[in-house]
Amino acid sequence: MSDVKKFLYVNRKAPYGTIYALESLEVVLIGAAFEQDVALAFLDDGVFQLTKGQDTGEVGMKNFSPTYKALGDYDVNKIYVEKESLDARGLTLDDLLPLTYEDEDDDWAEKDSIKVVSAAEMAEIMEQSDVILSF
Amino acid sequence: MALEVGGKTVETDEEGYLENRDEWNMDIAKAIAEAENLDMTDNHWEVVNFLREYYDEYQIAPAVRVLTKAIGKKLGKDKGNSKYLYELFPYGPAKQACKIAGLPKPTGCV
Repeated sequence: MSDVKKFLYVNRKAPYGTIYALESLEVVLIGAAFEQDVALAFLDDGVFQLTKGQDTGEVGMKNFSPTYKALGDYDVNKIYVEKESLDARGLTLDDLLPLTYEDEDDDWAEKDSIKVVSAAEMAEIMEQSDVILSF
Repeated sequence: MALEVGGKTVETDEEGYLENRDEWNMDIAKAIAEAENLDMTDNHWEVVNFLREYYDEYQIAPAVRVLTKAIGKKLGKDKGNSKYLYELFPYGPAKQACKIAGLPKPTGCV
């Protein structure tokens, strides 16, 4: 019998100013070792975590945004971004880091990890998850 | 803790990981390896250099599972397996090779 649970990490805060975004990312990377079904959700200011061209020179924090690109290596390839949150901030998919993974079941074809979903679809994703961790 | 290399003192944490990875050079790597009773061969350097490149790109030291897979992709299946990597780095390829590479302990390692 399989004990695989569906984990959803919900990220709602801007990447810098608080430690939530970095902590969430570290927990995801550590948790990925346990071979659970992991998905990430980005809503509200959390969508800024995935934006391209982050420069933390002035805020004195490490720019950890390149680490999101490693998620594919960790087999974390379901990344949901809420469309309403992007719209409200004048962002589109093109403003986000191009996160990809290699599909083992499809001859290692490179595929996009990010999926933009509506608020209603996001609610459904949360509904389907066994464990939700909010950051 | 500190390490003496070529008349210079390099700061490390209590487990021997470099405090400042910008101070790293090959002599420091050799000194760390020596302290761990490791004789650095080309095969060791290959893994150490791979880790440093990975860190530059992603800002993290990869977990051993990820390292194994990535090495296999880059250097071939005969190297991308834990037997090969554990033979090179008996105390754990990610942990020990990261220490020699001057990187922090891999995320998720205890």
